[in-house]
Amino acid sequence: MSEPVLSVRDLRVEFVTRRGILKAIDGVSFDIAKGEVLGVVGESGAGKSVTGSAVIGLIDPPGRIAGGEVRLGGQRIDNLSPEAMRRVRGKRIGMIFQDPLTSLNPLYRVGEQLVETIQTHTNLSNAGARKRAIELLAEVGIPAPERRIDGYPHEFSGGMRQRVVIALALCAEPELIIADEPTTALDVSVQAQIISLLKRLGREHGTAIMLVTHDMGVIAETADRVAVMYSGRIAEIGPVRQVVQTPLHPYAKGLMGAIPTLVQSSDDRLVQIPGSMPRLSAIPPGCPFHPRCPHAWDRCSRDRPDPIQHAEHRVACHLYDANDPTAKAHMIHTHAPLEEGVAS
Amino acid sequence: MHAPVPAPAAPPKGRLARFLDSDLFYSFRTSPMAILAGTVAALMTLAALLAGLLAPQNAFDPAALNLMDGYTKPLEQGLGSQGLFVLGADAQGRDILSAILFGSRLSLVVGVASVAFSLVLGVGLGLLAGYVGGRIEALIMRIADIQLSFPAILIALLVFGVARGLIPPHRHEEMAVVVLIIAIGLSNWAQYARTVRASTLVEKNKDYVQAARLLGISPLPVMLKHLLPNVAGPVLVIATINLALAIIEEATLSYLGVGVPATQPSLGTLIRFGQQYLFSGEWWILLFPALALVLLALSINLLGDWLRDALNPKLR
Amino acid sequence: MSNAPFVEVKDLRRVFDVSKPWLNRVLEGGEKQYLKAVDGISFDIARGETFALVGESGSGKSTVARMVVGLLPPSGGGVTIDGVSMADAAQAAARQRLRRRIQMIFQDPYASLNPRWRVDRIVAEPIRAFDLIKGEREIANRVGELLSLVGLHPDDGKKFPHEFSGGQRQRIAIARALASNAEFIVCDEPTSALDVSVQAQILNLMRDLQDRLGLTYLFISHNLAVVRHMASRIGVMYLGRIVEVSGGRELFQAPKHPYTRMLLDAVPDIGMTGRQRVPVNGEIPNPINPPSGCPFNPRCPFANDRCRTERPPLDEGVACHAVHERRIDVPVAA
Repeated sequence: MSEPVLSVRDLRVEFVTRRGILKAIDGVSFDIAKGEVLGVVGESGAGKSVTGSAVIGLIDPPGRIAGGEVRLGGQRIDNLSPEAMRRVRGKRIGMIFQDPLTSLNPLYRVGEQLVETIQTHTNLSNAGARKRAIELLAEVGIPAPERRIDGYPHEFSGGMRQRVVIALALCAEPELIIADEPTTALDVSVQAQIISLLKRLGREHGTAIMLVTHDMGVIAETADRVAVMYSGRIAEIGPVRQVVQTPLHPYAKGLMGAIPTLVQSSDDRLVQIPGSMPRLSAIPPGCPFHPRCPHAWDRCSRDRPDPIQHAEHRVACHLYDANDPTAKAHMIHTHAPLEEGVAS
Repeated sequence: MHAPVPAPAAPPKGRLARFLDSDLFYSFRTSPMAILAGTVAALMTLAALLAGLLAPQNAFDPAALNLMDGYTKPLEQGLGSQGLFVLGADAQGRDILSAILFGSRLSLVVGVASVAFSLVLGVGLGLLAGYVGGRIEALIMRIADIQLSFPAILIALLVFGVARGLIPPHRHEEMAVVVLIIAIGLSNWAQYARTVRASTLVEKNKDYVQAARLLGISPLPVMLKHLLPNVAGPVLVIATINLALAIIEEATLSYLGVGVPATQPSLGTLIRFGQQYLFSGEWWILLFPALALVLLALSINLLGDWLRDALNPKLR
Repeated sequence: MSNAPFVEVKDLRRVFDVSKPWLNRVLEGGEKQYLKAVDGISFDIARGETFALVGESGSGKSTVARMVVGLLPPSGGGVTIDGVSMADAAQAAARQRLRRRIQMIFQDPYASLNPRWRVDRIVAEPIRAFDLIKGEREIANRVGELLSLVGLHPDDGKKFPHEFSGGQRQRIAIARALASNAEFIVCDEPTSALDVSVQAQILNLMRDLQDRLGLTYLFISHNLAVVRHMASRIGVMYLGRIVEVSGGRELFQAPKHPYTRMLLDAVPDIGMTGRQRVPVNGEIPNPINPPSGCPFNPRCPFANDRCRTERPPLDEGVACHAVHERRIDVPVAA
């Protein structure tokens, strides 16, 4: 396999507050290959958005990157100067956020913003850049781009704005696109359009995409691999089909069972994980999931689980530690569906 | 039936414990400016309240004055009473320190009372305008607009003049302080009304207000119990800053001679008396009351600035 | 179950005046503009059932919810609950008694609880408002009971809302809704602000409470999977109208209206069955200038001239000319 586009190793992000240091990201490692879509999924507070911000060097004080490495195409980028990082962000990493209006200047025509971005990264003439902008708008599926290019952002609907933002992110032909909840603000019918657009662009341009979202459905539709985050760590990472259909980590299992779907019988109760994700100020020792875990034993509250390779998954759970006899005893249960195990 | 829910993680805290642990108190503790301003304002207020006990002399009692002490310089003994005059004495032999203590008491009373008056009026009208809307809102807010286009001191002068016309002359002296409070209060309510109306418009559409309406709770309790506690924050900041302004406004009015009567001098009155001696060498008669006024207004103002920053999450 | 439906909504309408201010209209020209947020919808809810309204943003579903509970006066049509009209002035006294039995759960648990009130005061508010229980100690006991019922600890009542997570706050909101012994609860997107694992807890809790207390729900959501999990009957809304209404199972197995089909197709497929999907066209039009005829006609692959001019009535549970004319085949529920 060739070198990954993005390689993150043992990334740590901390927030310094008066009540102590909060570990928002605590040792996260993953790779994204060329043309691959990595879904990063988790509930609010899991650290998925912070991970995205850390990769593009957008952690503002009181936050700071406290350790680890981020490599883009083999080059370390986590220790670049803010100026150099800004160039990397514009040129080599494209960004798509939840609210398209944060990325678009309401006072400028869409075309002006596209042309300006294209010209900062290429030496195209005005006419050439405009031609390229129209091509991009056409590529992201905006009808009549020759006419729409002179519109202002407020003249576009929500879905169309998000398409413009995607076109903007594509201007510099980046190696990596970070999309943070790109479909969350959109209606279901529009969401599906944006998902398929992202998927197609990743395939055609060979762009690596890091797709951060809380929506497992979007991940299942779009991603090649998925990382499930919990309390600032990756609980499980693996090919999307395996993780969604046969998750290993008890949290991932609970999460998949908790999602109401269009196929299961509506008489079934949803699997529920008791409690909620701990606040950053109160992350329990050992495995952060152990207070909510139906399989936890004493080791889980003591030792922090390291990621273990298990078939195609990497899972941070003591259950899959082949050398632990207690884990073996527990494994028998885990092959039964988790289901009501947690409900009383 | 459903998943076992963990018992409450931490026992509920008491009021004091919550305050000591709050972000607001932390912000106070870590801001030297706030601590300094707070200390100065607290000490001056305390000294003013205890003027009767602390002052070497009852400055308002003509019987306590000794004309022989007149023009005593600071830190010298008076010729008549042989007492020490720390900040000197004026022409009548009145101890300046005592006059400042009694004077700032009056200034503070007028300031606090007028702020309280405009607070009640402005918050009440702002809540009403924001919650009820329609013509009542339009009426209240247009009056506020008109008033805000005049300087506060002009409004206060106008109210003062009208009130003096209405009150029989023999009662002018005793009513002077009340009239002053109302005049300053009426000149400042519009700011509160504007701020409160704006926050009320935001809060009234929140679902907790809808939930209360759903229970059939009538508008007045909704405004007082639900909205008021949630719109009070920014008002507190304005009130603190306005306290400093009200004290200065009172001093200005008294300086102009339309404020409190000469028998009950406030800081403004003291400054008015003192300025006649500015060029004749008795500088202390003017300087110390003026310094006291500046110190009091400045410390309260700085406290208000700090409070505004501490309560504004965007600046943190 | 009695014959008359518990909740009856008839030809409900709501028009909002979205014109610019008077002065701007005079100076800049332009006419008054009206937004038909809800444009004549009717449905019934039987006692003890869950009826869901599902739709995308701008469909008017939340406006319906607010009119049903009486927070927003309708511009036309009416709501009758247990035989009492929500608008008839003659029934004011009966409506006042009815109020206790209707409650609402809101979308944002961060906004639906007064941040300056302790939880016990919040939950006790309906009890005090309707004067249901006498004596502070008795009220406190009842609040403790309610908090336990929704899976919280009775001692949690002494805390403030900000000390709770989103899911716990929604539990508090449910406890408040139950405090007046409500029978009919309107739930406006109750879980869309919550994480999935917490959403599952709240949905399960709501179903358990329905079984235990015989509650009737009007469930408003944009999430088809959630609606499918909760509702026995479902109305699909588009631009202020109900375009299809049917039993939960049928709607998902045999959707009739082209919009329903499109919506079902658009839901991300977490089962990864690799099903073939019809591409979705366009976006919801501006509700200030809705298309004439059938509101869905500009996005509909089956639209013809009649669809563009004549508004289809809701007949056999679906408002679509193409279905009525049998121009498109209607799948049959298995």
